[in-house]
Amino acid sequence: MKLHEYQAKDVFADAGIPVPESRLATTVDEVLDAVEEVGFPAAIKAQVHVGGRGKAGGIKIATDEEEAREYADDILGMDLKGFTVDKVLVEAGVDFVDELYVGVTMDRGEGEPVAMVSEQGGVDIEAVAERDPDAIAREHVDPAFGMHPYQARKAVYDAGIDRDVAGDVASVLTTLYDLWEEKDASDVEINPLMVTAEGEIVAADAVMNVDDDALFRHPDLTELREETYEDELERKAGEYGFDYVRLSGNVGIIGNGAGLVMTTLDLVDYYGGSPANFLDIGGGAKAERVTNALDMVFSDENVDAVVFNIFGGITRGDEVAKGINEALEQFDEIPKPVVVRLAGTNAGEGMEILNTDLVEVESTLEDAVQRAVARAEEVAT
Amino acid sequence: MSVLVGDDTRVVVQGITGGEGGFHAEQMIEYGTNVVAGAVPGKGGQEVHGVPVYDTVHEAARREDADASVVFVPPAFAADAMFEALDSPIDLVVAITEGVPTQDMAKVKKRLSEVDTRLIGPNCPGIITPGEAKLGILPGNIFSSGNVGLVSRSGTLTYQVVDNLTSRGIGQTTAIGIGGDPIIGTTFVDALELFEADEETEAIVMCGEIGGEDEEEAANYIAQYMDTPVAGFIAGRTAPPGKRMGHAGAIVSGSGTGTAESKIDALNDAGVPVGDTPEQVTDYVEEYL
Repeated sequence: MKLHEYQAKDVFADAGIPVPESRLATTVDEVLDAVEEVGFPAAIKAQVHVGGRGKAGGIKIATDEEEAREYADDILGMDLKGFTVDKVLVEAGVDFVDELYVGVTMDRGEGEPVAMVSEQGGVDIEAVAERDPDAIAREHVDPAFGMHPYQARKAVYDAGIDRDVAGDVASVLTTLYDLWEEKDASDVEINPLMVTAEGEIVAADAVMNVDDDALFRHPDLTELREETYEDELERKAGEYGFDYVRLSGNVGIIGNGAGLVMTTLDLVDYYGGSPANFLDIGGGAKAERVTNALDMVFSDENVDAVVFNIFGGITRGDEVAKGINEALEQFDEIPKPVVVRLAGTNAGEGMEILNTDLVEVESTLEDAVQRAVARAEEVAT
Repeated sequence: MSVLVGDDTRVVVQGITGGEGGFHAEQMIEYGTNVVAGAVPGKGGQEVHGVPVYDTVHEAARREDADASVVFVPPAFAADAMFEALDSPIDLVVAITEGVPTQDMAKVKKRLSEVDTRLIGPNCPGIITPGEAKLGILPGNIFSSGNVGLVSRSGTLTYQVVDNLTSRGIGQTTAIGIGGDPIIGTTFVDALELFEADEETEAIVMCGEIGGEDEEEAANYIAQYMDTPVAGFIAGRTAPPGKRMGHAGAIVSGSGTGTAESKIDALNDAGVPVGDTPEQVTDYVEEYL
């Protein structure tokens, strides 16, 4: 789960990390009230879950009221990489002399958290990592002990941070690690951490992503969740509880188990088709879930044909067949051709139940995918 | 021969009184697995499917001389269950639970490096030596005994490949589902090492997917240390960057690491052919035997 910048800044500020004075605003009038309070120059920043907001025009610096009105009008309601901006953070501009980077993430290869510091803040840190990997100091942390104070100091000195602010940066990094651990974050990041002419440090941006699997023990963070989906179908998938990713092709795909569904997508591509989606109905799915899955894929207007591939372990073929029948029998005419392949647990029973007037059946994965690709081509032309 | 589990493996089921644990304990027993105990705090003294239940893993292991455990404990308590098994006399822990918090797993992984116990999973279908024992939720009827070792990050993809192998008369020594999470106990390299040392395993199938760098590390290991031939499959060639494809670990990062292309190239460079389809993987294996 991603937190918005303003939410992450609240969390950071509560923990004692300095952040600029700011107000949240949802209308142009609110922006004008806010700039009066924080003063000029003021940053007006779109609060949406996309990276590279600045480049996309979602962050602007206003130096007077007229500019504030103009930028507020531009940014509120704008479409930023598929997301509509409905709120902005209005923040006091920081007069900085240096921009640093500090962050904590999980190094999955090592199975350990890693704290990172760099003098080259203010730009995309992944680009820095690629161009100049030595510009980022990395300190792996034993998750059982947490970060020792010396490790924060070491990372800061290794990164070549100016001695005048090194102590303060180390203290921010320590706080950041503690937050990462306490909040079950997957990533926390301040980029840029600004250094002012007076030698103060201020978190000008804030990133915090939380492990979805750990939300059960963080009801306070769960309340901050804002379901923003790029489209209606992803919202629907969230309601049904499906793992779903929408793609741009015309062959709808439903299956069980992430690896096998990904494989089905790959095969559609391999046989010359183009996958419309990833949809995993999960293990042990009952008839109703199957019906919901078909409903989802049918309501995607890009879809011309559907391949339904189930290899039952804990999922039972007869339940799946029941669901497919129920979903299709409600139509006078089947909206889109459906190719079904059932294997594994109770697949034989499933094949007996399946109404083959309504669907096409194949016995191997490869054949099912090829047939669906062919059907999609016929429908499309 | 086989790796890790067989006729003589004595299994404790952690969470045997739960719905999942109870159902799969019964399935395991039906398959012929030697399930000797259950372990559930507060349920000691009960009996489930003819198996005695103990309050702690330590007691179950001591009283029933168990050497392996299978964890069917809900995510909130799964790490604790793994720690309990790691600290007991158990040698092999198989964690089926899906949705264990990543930071919990980092701590488990740390403990794992300090003990001799092996962990498989979490978020995995388990391990099976056909005809002898299965620890987990794999559908036993699709497996057959033979000379191919199989290691995979995905459950249902494993079933697909095994079904292809079995229907062509190619049996398996052992199949290991290592799980789809970012931090797991047994990696591809660990599993390959086991199969390489197993005299009966004549060929190996390795099914990977996008995300992380385990497949690349496996490719390095194969090039340097292995004589047993390996055939590969990588799921997620068409996955867009930044989108999680079901498994918590299956994501191509924004900076382009974890792609299918990088994994396939690494495996090819190590002399491992990678099938475009699951059926092709079986073709490669057939050529090896």
